[in-house]
Amino acid sequence: MADPITEAAEGAGQAAGMPQLDFSTFGNQIFWLVVTLVVIYLILIRVALPRIGGVLAERAGAITSDLTRAEELRRKATEAEAAYEQALADARAQAGRIAGETRAAIQAELAAEMDKAEAQIAARAAESETAIAAIRDEAVASVTAVARDTARAIVAAFGVTADDKAVDAAVDARVNEVDA
Amino acid sequence: MELAAAAALGKLIGAGLAAIGSGVSAIGIGHVAGNYLAGALRNPSAAASQTAMLFIGIAFAEALGIFAFLVSLLLMFAV
Amino acid sequence: MADATGGPSGLQIHPMDQFVVKPLFGGDTVSFYTITNVTLWMALAILAMSLLLVWGTRQRAVVPGRVQSMAELVYGFTYSMVEDVAGKDGVRFFPYIMTIFMFILFANVLGLIPMSFATTSHIAVTAVLALAVFLGVTVLGFVLNGAKFLNLFWVHSAPLVLRPILAVIELISYFVRPVSHSIRLAGNIMAGHAVLKVFAGFAGVLGLGSILPIAAISTIYALEVLVAVIQAYVFTILTCVYLSDALHPGH
Repeated sequence: MADPITEAAEGAGQAAGMPQLDFSTFGNQIFWLVVTLVVIYLILIRVALPRIGGVLAERAGAITSDLTRAEELRRKATEAEAAYEQALADARAQAGRIAGETRAAIQAELAAEMDKAEAQIAARAAESETAIAAIRDEAVASVTAVARDTARAIVAAFGVTADDKAVDAAVDARVNEVDA
Repeated sequence: MELAAAAALGKLIGAGLAAIGSGVSAIGIGHVAGNYLAGALRNPSAAASQTAMLFIGIAFAEALGIFAFLVSLLLMFAV
Repeated sequence: MADATGGPSGLQIHPMDQFVVKPLFGGDTVSFYTITNVTLWMALAILAMSLLLVWGTRQRAVVPGRVQSMAELVYGFTYSMVEDVAGKDGVRFFPYIMTIFMFILFANVLGLIPMSFATTSHIAVTAVLALAVFLGVTVLGFVLNGAKFLNLFWVHSAPLVLRPILAVIELISYFVRPVSHSIRLAGNIMAGHAVLKVFAGFAGVLGLGSILPIAAISTIYALEVLVAVIQAYVFTILTCVYLSDALHPGH
């Protein structure tokens, strides 16, 4: 009596036509669906959601703290740079000061040394002059004596006995002539 | 006997007619998607925020096609 | 589960046989506690979900691996969907919506495995889901807003003359919600699987020419993967829309 399609469907499955409309299986499906939903809900609320939410919050926290730390480090770097600049300027000023002081000290020392050296040189020069004068006087004296002796010897060689005093006077006069 | 045959015939013809509804809902979905695309090309920056509305619109248009499909299935198998 | 047999009466395709609820361990009667293929595939859905969300995140890594990235993606996707559609105060219902989304997503996708059983293709299953959403949202709306929840049907932005007519329409559309909500999901999954079976039946009798239905099956299968995910998304986002109505009935 039934049409061929319904007949075929009835022959193949337990239910006529659509298994979706087989009300005898509804209780089974609804029961297991409720069990499944409760299990999924419990898994989610007990384990999965807190864990993933925690991981996401932790990551957000880590990123925020990293950012603040980076900010702080940057501030520190700026401070360090300023301190370095300050130290550099200080060092430069101090170096200038020390250089000036040193220069002044060297200058003063140099001047003192120069004075001392000059005084020494002057003393030496005076000494030398007196020595030279003495030597010259001595030399002059020697020259006179030698001239007198030579003149006396020449006179004697000529066979002339001459008065020593006259010879001496003549030689002295000549020497003085030369000197002048 | 002839009455039963006529009933079987009518069922299947009815199922085929109901299946037209699926095609008509396809037109509706095409309208939704096409208008979304037209709007998205005009203002691409606002497109991303409206994809949820696109899917909701498609879902509503599609539901009626699914109803037609269901009627057709019911005629074939359940009546 | 032979879909087509070239019997004497010609082409015989039974696209609905794949949806039959059968006891797994023998017996014919299906009482509510019988372990059936429904039980098996729902348990597999739980297993797959746990694999992704529990096993995948076991390391709690700050720099996530592949599975953990996917778990976080699903979490963030659902969370932002609830937040965007239902508003900030809808976030406290996030676990329930996540439960629904996870169940439908994994049931749909697991149902696409060949020879498997698609639990979400059954109206009994989707109707329970949709009714739970409908009743929950309605009760919630009245508990949170009292009589002001009825503003949902009394459209204040419309002219006074039109309001009663609109109220009737809104009322009808409100009560059609669970119907369309459940039938959309079941119908989509059922239709897709039935179409696959029909084409498989063609492939069974065409001999060498079966290359055409096989190519068609491959294409439709790709579409069905898309549909499985989109239907889970649509079911969830409509749940969020209904929830948003319950939380803010004044539109």
